[in-house]
This record gives sequence, C-alpha cells and structure tokens, in this order.
Amino acid sequence: MADQDKSNGQKRWVGQRVPRKEEGRLLRGQGKFIDDIKLREMLYLAFVRSPYAHARVVNVNTSAAEALPGVAAVLTGREVESLTSPFIEIGPDQCQKIADYPMAGSKARFQGEPVAAVVAESPRLAEDAAELVQVDYDPLPAVTDAEQAEKNESILHENAGTNVVWRGVFEYGDVEKAFREAASVVEIDRLHFHRFSSTPLEPNVIIAQWDNKDGRLYYWCNNSFPSFAIQFLAPHLRIHIDQIRVQTFDIGGSFGIKITNYTQMAVCALASRKCGGRPVKWVETRTEHMLSSAHGNERTFLNTRVALDKNGVITAIDSRHIDDCGAYPRYEPLGCVIWSQVFPGVYRFRNAKIDFTQVVTNKCPVGPNRGYSRMQHLWFLERICDICAHELKIPADEMRLRNYIRPEEMPYTTPNGCVYDSGNYPKMLEVGKKLIGWDEWKRKQAEARKDGRLIGIGIGTTLDSGTNNFGQSQIINPYAPFSGNSQGANVKLDIYGEIVVAVGSCPQGQGHETTAAQIVADLLNVTPDLITVRTGFDTERNVHTGFSGTYASQFAVSGLSAVHGAAQKLKKEMLRLAAFTLNAKEDELELGIGAQGPEVRVRGTERSIPYGGLANIVNVNSAVMPEELHEITLNCRYIWRAPFKVPDKAKKYGNLTLTYASQLHIAVLEVDRDTYVPRILDYVAVDDCGTVINPPIVEGQVYGATAHGIGAALMEGCFYDEVGNMLTSTFSDYTPITSVNMPNVKFGDIQTPSPHSFNGAKGMGEGGAAPIHTLSAALQDALFDKGIIIDDSFNNGDRVYHLMQQAGKGKKPARVKPRAVPA
Amino acid sequence: MPEQEQMVAIRVKVNGKEHKLQVEPRLLLVELLRENLDLTGTHIGCDTSYCGACTVLLNGKAVKSCTVLAVHADGGEVLTVEGLAKNGELHPIQKAFGDAYGLQCGYCTPGLLISTYQLLQRNANPSEKDIRKAIAGNTCRCTGYQNVFKAIKAAAKGA
Repeated sequence: MADQDKSNGQKRWVGQRVPRKEEGRLLRGQGKFIDDIKLREMLYLAFVRSPYAHARVVNVNTSAAEALPGVAAVLTGREVESLTSPFIEIGPDQCQKIADYPMAGSKARFQGEPVAAVVAESPRLAEDAAELVQVDYDPLPAVTDAEQAEKNESILHENAGTNVVWRGVFEYGDVEKAFREAASVVEIDRLHFHRFSSTPLEPNVIIAQWDNKDGRLYYWCNNSFPSFAIQFLAPHLRIHIDQIRVQTFDIGGSFGIKITNYTQMAVCALASRKCGGRPVKWVETRTEHMLSSAHGNERTFLNTRVALDKNGVITAIDSRHIDDCGAYPRYEPLGCVIWSQVFPGVYRFRNAKIDFTQVVTNKCPVGPNRGYSRMQHLWFLERICDICAHELKIPADEMRLRNYIRPEEMPYTTPNGCVYDSGNYPKMLEVGKKLIGWDEWKRKQAEARKDGRLIGIGIGTTLDSGTNNFGQSQIINPYAPFSGNSQGANVKLDIYGEIVVAVGSCPQGQGHETTAAQIVADLLNVTPDLITVRTGFDTERNVHTGFSGTYASQFAVSGLSAVHGAAQKLKKEMLRLAAFTLNAKEDELELGIGAQGPEVRVRGTERSIPYGGLANIVNVNSAVMPEELHEITLNCRYIWRAPFKVPDKAKKYGNLTLTYASQLHIAVLEVDRDTYVPRILDYVAVDDCGTVINPPIVEGQVYGATAHGIGAALMEGCFYDEVGNMLTSTFSDYTPITSVNMPNVKFGDIQTPSPHSFNGAKGMGEGGAAPIHTLSAALQDALFDKGIIIDDSFNNGDRVYHLMQQAGKGKKPARVKPRAVPA
Repeated sequence: MPEQEQMVAIRVKVNGKEHKLQVEPRLLLVELLRENLDLTGTHIGCDTSYCGACTVLLNGKAVKSCTVLAVHADGGEVLTVEGLAKNGELHPIQKAFGDAYGLQCGYCTPGLLISTYQLLQRNANPSEKDIRKAIAGNTCRCTGYQNVFKAIKAAAKGA
C-alpha cells in the first residue's frame, strides 16, 4: 500500500490509495446524521411559510394551532423580532440598514419565507398545527429580475431605500488605450448565468436545546461553517458566544448550501427556550429546501466589449455585471468580491473594467454554492473567449493557447494582485485533447455536419481558488473586521498512547478523516489505521478558529497544514521526552513500529520506549519528569495562519486566495434534431490540484463536481414566474442529474505542486463549474453556423428549441467590429 | 396525540426480526423504520420518491419507503441496509462500494445498496445500461455515479 521513501526507508502514506476511514459506518447504515438523533423530551418544529413572494403580513392568528392537543408553542415573526437583534450585515452603508430576522415580521420578501413556527410533540402534529395558523397577507408587487430590481420601482427593504446592495468598479491597466489599439472589438449585449443549487441530498436538520439547567444553548446540526454561524447567532440571540455549543456529525452533503442554515438555528433556539428548554428538532422537507434554504448566485453580464489584437489575443474587457442575491444578503455581499479571486481566469489580458452591482430580488436568498461567485465569472470569461474565437474564426483550442497564462509565467500575479501559485494550462489541454481523441472527433464532426447533424466540441478551462483571504471583505466594506485565514488542529497521545487528531472541519464526504490520518502517519511513522481522527465540528474541542468549517476548497491546505503543524509539535515533544527516558540525544532517535507497536527507539539499538510509555509519563506518572520537561503535554494544539496581507481597499488589489487548482474539460455533444435535447457523446475532465494526497478521493470529487456542472448546464435550475412563484420546488421539477443522464467521464490529471502549501497540495472540490463552461462552448460550436450565440448557462431542450426558433430574427447578440489598425 | 382507537395494529418482519406495533394510519414506512424501530440507516431525501435514499425491499421488491404507508407493510417482510451485513461481515455489495470509493457523504448509499441488491438478484450479469437503469431512481449528489457504476460492476463479478 505505501511507497518506500528512498531517503530513510520510511513508508509514505501521502499520495497513496488509502481506503477511507469513514466507510465502515456509512456502508452499514450506521452513519450519525442529525435526524438520527433522538433526545429525551424532544419536540418537533414546523414552519408556516409565505405563499407570496412579496407581501405585508397583516395578521397572524395562532389560536387554533395553539389549541390543538400536543402543540407546545407557536412562535411568530413579530415575536422573534421582539426577542432578538437583526443578524449582522457584512456589507456597508445601505446593507447596514437591512433588518434581517430569521422569520418575516411585518413583511415577507420571498415565497417560502417563514412567518411562524409551530412546535409539537410529533413532526406530524407540528405539520397539522402549522396548517391551522391563519395569516392575512397584503400582496405587494414582486421583483424577480435583477435589472428590474435595480430600477427601485418596488423596494424590498424600505429602510435601505434601494434594492442595490453593493456597487463597485474593478478597473486595472489602461482599458481605453487597449480598445483604441485593438485590431478588432467583439461586443456581446447580454449574457446570463442562471440560478441553481447543488442541493445536498440530506436537507437542513437542526436540534437546538436552550438548556435552563446551565443556561447554555446546545446545537446538534448539519451547518457546514459553524464558526461563522455562531458569530452570527450570538449577537442575534444576545448571548455570549461561549454559551453556544455546536456539534456536527456526519453531514449528507452541503456544497455550501448549509452555511446559511444559521437562520433556522436561531428559530429552533428560541422555540426551545419558549418550551422551557426542551430540545427542538427541525427537519427540512425537500420543498422547503428548494424554496427557502439557499440558491447559487444568478448573474447578468451587460454591454460587454472585448478588445483583441490581430492574433486574436484578448487585450481588454469592459463589462457591467449585476448579481442577484435574492431577498436578503446574508453571506453576501461577499460574492461581489469573491469572483475577483479569478479576475482574469486562465487568461493573460491585463486591462479590464468590471462595473459590479448586486441587488436584492423577491427570490430565495443565495448562499455560497459549490464554485461560489467564481464560477459565474469564469463562465463569463469562457463565453467571451469562445464567442470571440467563433467570431474571428480561430479554432477553440488555438484561441485558448494564444490567450492562456503560460506555465513559465508561474507564479503569476494577476492585474488585481492575486498570485496564481502554479499551473500548466497548455499541458492540460494537450492531455484533454489526447483523452477525448480530438482529431478523430473533429473528423467525425465534419462528416456528421454533411448530414445536417448538430455536433459540437467545446473546451472549458477553469480555476478553483482555495483558502480565502478574508481581507477581501474589506474591499466590500472597509470596516469589515475580517482578514487572513486560519485553521486549528490538535494531535495528542492519549493516556494509553493512542494517537488522536482533532480538526475544526465538518466534512460532508470529502474524506478528511482519511487524509488527516495520512499526513500524521507519515510524520509519526505509523500506519493510518492506528490514528483516530475526530472530525465534525465541536466548539468544546477547542480546535476551531473563526474560519473553521468545510467550505471553499481549502482543507488540503488550511486544515491539513494545521494537522501537520500540530503533529510536528507532538513529534518534537515526543523526541524530547524520549531522549530523557532513553538517555540519548534527540538526533539518535527514530520513530517506528516495533514488536509492541509504535515506539521511539535509539537508532540501531534495542533501546526503545513505546508511545504508550511516553503518554503514561506525561499523563499519569509525572513525578518521574524533571521540571525542565514539565512543559511537555503530548497534547498539541496548533493554529495555522495563511500568509496573507490586508488588500489595498481603494485599488481593490491584493492576493485573495492561496492556491489555484485548475480544471480543463472537453465535451462532445449533439443536439437532437427532433427534440432539441443536447446529448453528451464524450466527456473528459482533466484536473490539477497540485500534489495529490489520496488519488481516488480527488478523482471522486472531480466526478461529483462534474455531475453538478452537467446537471446545472442541461437540467437543473431554480426558476420563478414573474410574480415570484417558484416553479422548481420539488425534485420532480428540479430534476437533479441521475445515473441515466450522466455520461462516462474520462479522467485525466497533471500535478503542478503548489509553492504555497507545505506539501504542494492545492484545495479542490468545488471544481470551478467547468462543465457549465464546457457545455456552453460545445453547444456554441454545434450552433454557431445557425447564427446562434449561447448567452445563457442553462440549456435544456426547451431552451435550445427557442434559441433555434429565434435564430436570425432580430439583432445578433454578439458582433465583431474590425478596427483599421496598422499591423 | 392521536386517540388510541385511531391507531392500527400491524405486524412486520424487518431484517428477520418480528415486530408488533400500533401505528397511526398515516405513518410512512420510512417513519416506522426510523422512528419506531430506530433503524436510521434508511434516509429521507426528497419526500416525493425521486431520490431513493429511502429505498428498502418490501416483500422482495425495492420500494421507496417515503411513499409507502406503514400499514401497507402489515404482514410483510422488509430488508433495510442494516440487514445486509451478516455476523458483522459486510455484504459483498457493501464491500464493492467501499473498494471502489463508491460513496462520499454516504447519505444516498443505503438506498443505492438496496437497489443494487435487487438488481443483482434479478440479473447476475448486468450490462452498463442495466446498471444505469436500475439506479435511475437513486439520486447521488456527491459521486457523479462514476464510482458507483464501478462498484456495481465489481459486485456483479464477485457475486
């Protein structure tokens, strides 16, 4: 299983196909998910939700519900407002005037927003009682379109006085000069990235107990960024942050969506307090999840101009972007800067001006959905590159080679000061083309075209930026109290010498138990099965920082750096103690597995002490320790801090992320000429996340991200009608991708180790939504000759049908304007 | 609480064990398994029988237990994920899923294992198309199905 490290004969576990430690319990149906937990005296909560997208809540009559036997309490939005302070707003100015509560008091702002909550002895009774709550509404005009919202004709948050959450211009280089000198300019009127959700299979589930015995608030929940949640909850509930204990266990997927379930965590806490401290469980239904948990950001790109030189190299981009964050900003307006982690994508242009606006609309609030905020921008850049290639008649692969940042330019500083640590995009293209059989497909495509078949081949190159510099929040709000990034871990020898690792992450299938064990096994020269890894968040483990959780493609860097740091500290202490007990010098010692198990021994001798012997001395036999060794604990906590600086707020300049994993996908698809449904004929995913710690774990996450992207591109969307009714609130309407829609994916990888992490690894998992870019490009290739520009990220059969019907009627959505410039 | 006379007496055999229970007529089979019998391996994902996280065998046939009433299982026999391993040893299908990294968060896995069990009972040598069809009613949000396909092929070979 493990390689021999030639330098010291030690086995190495990093880079190996180590079986997942999580598997045993999950395969047996013995995973511990929150809905599996039953507590004594537990009550169940059901929400009453607004059927309107925008309405005044005139009256809430709870008497019939309260009269139902078995109902413990009913909580209304107005009551919540009287008991709590509004949630913190991250944004400046007008955002600070938004009063965000977990339930609607006087006004509901999206369909599905809770207006009341009923607590009862069984989940079914709670649902019965929720139906007895009578709410009188006075409907208001709903705004479901971002461009419409910007006009402020109907305002969601009157206190703010505007629907605009944030606006800023990101400008670098000399844009006007580049346009003056351009050989050609391509104009694209409007591009649109649709709303979807990576929707985890396990819905949000929360148990809260406001225990009146010790005055503490206990949570058993599946929030995926609990240290962020408690920072929001404590001031909201007006309690000390240490009063809150949060524990997570197995989580059935999150993809970022569960970051914002702190709003429901607040309601469950208040309900528990109202019921005398009885625990209250809330299990979200799928429809509730689709209506009101979180969606991904929707973005519109207007009046885009692209300057190109005579070789088709992009020299400047000028565009206006409007992001739709739904009814409340919540984690936003962070998305207004997070996209700029990948400002130029994989391309070399140095001049760009992006005028960025975010607005609220009467739709479900957004949350950080897999690929958060960067995928929208990367899709925009890939559309630009691809549309320009077609307009200028440059082959798609050639266009990319001319525009890619080159491997010899790494580490590469982007126009806005981000540092791409490593990468080799041309090499990935080469690997991808080989895997798909590029030339053969080109030949087949040309032949099929003669028969009128609509086959397209598309490339998507994308980035997965990981380990955020939270200082980018200050580009949004100069007074935001966040910067840098840190993660904590603890590695100890327990009393009998067991190696126990605790981390502040809360994995949802990413295999943190396994990869953390691989890192520690290498350092302490033992096998991973001898290491216990405690994942799942627990405030009481004291290994979390304010950034702990599982989000934003970072565990391999931030989490494992903390684990590595703690294990190094432990190893140092073990050697120091062993040197004393074995009467040897530290450099004469080695760690390894002896006849009795793990031990520290004097190299080339029989003299050794087992790990359990060292643990015994420190924990229960300390009188044998001389005073100068009293500082040894064999219980080592380490906080890793990313080497970031606060960005220049005025210039919007600075390094915003530590690592840049990259992905290159190639798709071949055919549009069915009868049904217009695009069908994938062949698919390749090439990944580069630097040094790989566990290859099948990485490969598995690449497949998962690929499925989310293909689903989003062809099947999955959160759609609303013009009055704000959600049209995709069940799985039968939303149609998550299934085994019969998912093509076989040919996986390829290259490894360009990161100089920014201790072991060359880069954060991965989000995957940059490469399939969305790739499938848009493939469709473009299939339909360009029909005069069609793919201007939306969502393209099911229905949409392709409409595109083909409209083709050639009206103004062309993209145009190329050659400039008379001397060569 | 519902009145006693509203409750219905049922007998059901789950993973080989007989149970006599009083249930509300509206109780779902998945609720019976999870709440009354504490067999929490069977999960609820969508409430509308799309996702299949709740798949169990009822009288030898795979059903979505979120859309079957508990009273419908009266006199019947149910197999859940907890019934697959024998004497602590993983069933070959479970082993194949583990070996192929055919799961990530593990929430959909119990349903997938049961659907695979049914497939291999009916067809010991399934084609890839058979496999895709057999689990079309089991949504997985983590794996993109690639390693699930590999796991099922390996399980079929080993069976």
